[in-house]
Amino acid sequence: MIDQSTSFLSDNVVNLKPSGIRRFFDLASAMDNVISLGVGEPDFVTPWNVIEASFHSLEQGYTAYTANAGLYELRQKIHEYLKTNFTLDYQPEDQILVTVGASQAIDLALRSVVNPGDEVIVVEPSFVAYAPIVSLAGGVPVTIDTNPDDEFKLQPQQIEAAITPKTKAIILCSPNNPTGTVLNKQELAEIATVIEKYNLLAISDEIYAELTYDEPFTSFASMEGMKERTILISGFSKAFAMTGWRLGYAAGPSSIISAMTKIHQYAMMSAPTMAQHGALEALTNGQKSVEKMKTSYRQRRNFVVHALTEMGLDCHLPGGAFYVFPSIKKTGLTSEEFAEQLLKKQHVAVVPGNVFGESGEGYIRCSYASSLKQLDEAMKRMKRFIADLD
Amino acid sequence: MNLNNEVILNAKLYKVGGEMDQKEIEVLQLLENNGRLETDAIAKMINLSVEETEKLIYKLEEEGAILGYSTVINWSKVLEYEGVTAMIDVKVTPVRGLGFDKLAERMYRFPEVKAVYLMSGAYDLSVSVEGKTMMEISRFVSEKLSTLDNVLSTTTHFVLKKYKHDGVIFDDDDDDKRIVVSP
Repeated sequence: MIDQSTSFLSDNVVNLKPSGIRRFFDLASAMDNVISLGVGEPDFVTPWNVIEASFHSLEQGYTAYTANAGLYELRQKIHEYLKTNFTLDYQPEDQILVTVGASQAIDLALRSVVNPGDEVIVVEPSFVAYAPIVSLAGGVPVTIDTNPDDEFKLQPQQIEAAITPKTKAIILCSPNNPTGTVLNKQELAEIATVIEKYNLLAISDEIYAELTYDEPFTSFASMEGMKERTILISGFSKAFAMTGWRLGYAAGPSSIISAMTKIHQYAMMSAPTMAQHGALEALTNGQKSVEKMKTSYRQRRNFVVHALTEMGLDCHLPGGAFYVFPSIKKTGLTSEEFAEQLLKKQHVAVVPGNVFGESGEGYIRCSYASSLKQLDEAMKRMKRFIADLD
Repeated sequence: MNLNNEVILNAKLYKVGGEMDQKEIEVLQLLENNGRLETDAIAKMINLSVEETEKLIYKLEEEGAILGYSTVINWSKVLEYEGVTAMIDVKVTPVRGLGFDKLAERMYRFPEVKAVYLMSGAYDLSVSVEGKTMMEISRFVSEKLSTLDNVLSTTTHFVLKKYKHDGVIFDDDDDDKRIVVSP
């Protein structure tokens, strides 16, 4: 019998291009003894006090829905946290929405602002989800390719060149996945000028805000005049090692947050209650754990950057997140060939840079969210791999 | 290898002056966590050359900040191994002019004694003793420890199972539970 089920699929989904990561995941999963530097999440387990607080909430019987926007106490804590750490002032009543991961916050943000045909600028290499979510929201993703010579930093004139009468918004991500690049205050200010000039909305994904190693983090929303035109996206996944808890948040102008909450109340009801109780503890007593993890990431970053440089791969020193993005152009291989051969010959998984956009071609993403022992072994194997190529 | 690239990179990685104390603390923490960490790896992690790192570790050893390198062993994994640990609460009368220190020394000089702490609260010295059998420890307590001058009383607690020691969890499941590739 012929399977009719595909005929039911929407054009929207059929036209969505599959993630390049998927193919690589299948390849790597089928092999044994793989050291993976392809993981986009912390290697640490969530701090115990957070886990314990979540247990406690369950024992206390907090198993029901919360308010659509999230537990008020948690929004209050997020308010304090943003104020203390990044000098941002968002009201817990109507300017903060607790979501199911930062991913849902991005989805809600785009669905709240995009009209059919609106263009949204995506800065590549980028997290794989932005462009597909723009498309699903009915928008048209317009990509900007950042330049390796600028350490993949977005240049204001690149935004100007990408703007058309249909441009509605731009998605920013600093510290960046996959490049680890961090935009400093001056660079953000220059971008802000362009955004204001063309009356754009910024969706600023600041999920890696806690993980900067050389300079203190500056939030794009803290730039002059930007708070009114920025949707700040963040969450607990990366800083507090809580990826599986699926808990994030958005902060922004009350009209936009209220629109996002409207979709959220129909499509999701509320974020998981036990995770919200864990997050409350993370914000109350979690900073020490964050600092400890951060120290470890910084040391491992240095280790990996030195090791890659020693084996002859050029890479800039990434200021944040937990990725290095070395060039493999010298090897004469494409990103996919390099990653696939490295996996097959030395059982080390990295992510080919082209899955993050065309400008990622010639690069690979190596995550250093792995134990030093694993990183050390992975670097030895990579060195052998490169030596064998010559 | 692109040497030029390396020089630029190092110039960026190295911060100028005034950071030595911070680096010393970092080295101590790294080694406390893993005494077998290779100098090359430490050097890379803290952005020093191997020679500078070697010098720094040597200095810390000379200053007595690093006292030694030991290994945490879960002896319960070794079937042939027989051994018992006891924690002994000792009440004493301090010696005039010398306080508790002299008494503590008379205890910690015994090789059977693995740790001695001066405590606040219901007793004075906490003494950790290792032996082959309970008999051996009992003999040590009754013949050596409680017969010392100024020892008023001893209470011996035998360790039944070690769950965590010096920050290390025994029987910890450290499997990586993450999916192998993710965005």
